[in-house]
Amino acid sequence: MPAFLLRRLLHAVFVTWGVVTVVFFLVRLTGDPTLFLVDQSATQAEIAHTRALLGLDRPLAVQYADFLVAAAHGDFGVSIRDKRPAMRMVLEHFWPATVELAAAALLLSTVLAVPLGVISATHRGRAADHASRLASLFLQSMPSFWLGIMLILIFAVVLGGLLPAYGIGTWRHLVLPAVALAAAPLAQNVRLVRAGMLEVLGQDYVRTARAKGLGERRVVYRHALRNAALPVITVAGLSLGFMLSGALIIETVFAWPGMGRLIVQAVPGRDFPVIQAGVFVFALVFVVINVVVDILYTVADPRVRLR
Amino acid sequence: MRRIDALAVAGALVVAAAVVLAVAAPALAPGDPIKNALLERLTPPTWAREHPLGTDTLGRDVASRLLHGARVSLVVGFSAVLVAGVLGVALGLISGWYRGWIDDVLMRLGDVQLAFPVLVLAVAVLAVLGASLLNLIVVLGTTGWITYARIVRGEVLTLRERDFVAAARALGANDGWIVRRHLLPNVLPPITVVATFSVARTIIAEASLSFLGLGIPAPEPSWGAMLDEGRNYITTGWWLALFPGLAILLLVLGINLVGDWLRDVLDPRLERGV
Repeated sequence: MPAFLLRRLLHAVFVTWGVVTVVFFLVRLTGDPTLFLVDQSATQAEIAHTRALLGLDRPLAVQYADFLVAAAHGDFGVSIRDKRPAMRMVLEHFWPATVELAAAALLLSTVLAVPLGVISATHRGRAADHASRLASLFLQSMPSFWLGIMLILIFAVVLGGLLPAYGIGTWRHLVLPAVALAAAPLAQNVRLVRAGMLEVLGQDYVRTARAKGLGERRVVYRHALRNAALPVITVAGLSLGFMLSGALIIETVFAWPGMGRLIVQAVPGRDFPVIQAGVFVFALVFVVINVVVDILYTVADPRVRLR
Repeated sequence: MRRIDALAVAGALVVAAAVVLAVAAPALAPGDPIKNALLERLTPPTWAREHPLGTDTLGRDVASRLLHGARVSLVVGFSAVLVAGVLGVALGLISGWYRGWIDDVLMRLGDVQLAFPVLVLAVAVLAVLGASLLNLIVVLGTTGWITYARIVRGEVLTLRERDFVAAARALGANDGWIVRRHLLPNVLPPITVVATFSVARTIIAEASLSFLGLGIPAPEPSWGAMLDEGRNYITTGWWLALFPGLAILLLVLGINLVGDWLRDVLDPRLERGV
């Protein structure tokens, strides 16, 4: 176990280093980032001054080394628009707004997925199963932001403001964005739980439990579901990653003041320090989730040997 | 099995119809997709021939913009997947066949890329490169290679130990021949399945980026950009946000149904039901 943890952490560190490197070269993709940072009307002298000020006149290797050191300290420069440290701005938007939305959506998509997946599996080939397959096909083919707009149309416009269309504050503000964000992962999770349950229900110990004369409910929920927990964990990890991506667009639809909307708003103004810090945090959260999911595997199923 | 075939046929019909409509868009469109007609702005949908799906905030015919927008979705969806597929298959073949340091480098590169949520990376790159049709294809194409590379690499790692490969080599076949005649035909079925689902996902990704203002520049119509516009007029023009979304849903659903069927036919080992 400790050897595994060490290896997993080393891998995470490596991936994080790769992420920082990608972020570093992102802005340098089109050449000189100074041109993004100065006014359109800046003179050659002013451009040269800014370039020197930012240290962009030094060799690329030196700049890269400095960037690595700064990034290790969480320093991604200062927002061009707000003149505040980019990383602090990103973290302020990450916690609590984005975390709150992602947590609500994660809860919704995994908690609902378990009973729906179990019902699909125990009713395999019957009406409930077909309905669930069709519903998940539809939900997975639907752009989440369009679902969001339609939810606004129905609940905020047609039904006369039953739920607020945008903003943050009460639990009522959370409902629509969380539902829009949870829909597609929920659809996928139901299918995965169903597949996991079908596999477990064919196992010997389930037959034994039935042979002992246990009630079907007890067999399904006490014996089978517990062993189908593995796919649920994978699913939760996968969904969380999906939700981080989705947050970018769902936060924009619902004017939710999170990290995704911050990045999107930084794009037209070419506020690269904020974009870089945001992309870095997104990637870091992704890496951490993957490690946590791997560790949870061993907790859920001692048969899984970590290598 | 019968029922699934019927669904697959329906899906294929939807996709074929979308392609025909997109190709014939200039001939079929009842109006000009770009020219403003401010006097007719925000006309609701009617049964009349002129504006069957209504007009937008600049008086442009929604049906015409939808037809022309289909071209963007289809071109970006298919070309980006083609780029990702060719890149991924080539790199996966190299990784699995030659192994060694090049395999390590490619796979670690893939690890790093998988650490970025695709949409976040695409937004960041497009923010730097600027929005255009070509940049959309390049960004969505180059971020997708790793899935294909991993599958192909896995297949090749087992294939290269098989007798028919050893036999080919003993008969003096060179690497190029073995790759073309023995490896490629065996990795294509699973790749086709993955690519089909990728087209669906890419179309949604393109719509998302256009929605965020990072798609093809206005006034060219694209479904995502139309949704962005419709969102701001949700109280006065519900049809602006409804129809482009339905178009995406229908096309993506059609592709997914075809993908489901392909998976059953081409690659029975892949898990059903997701």
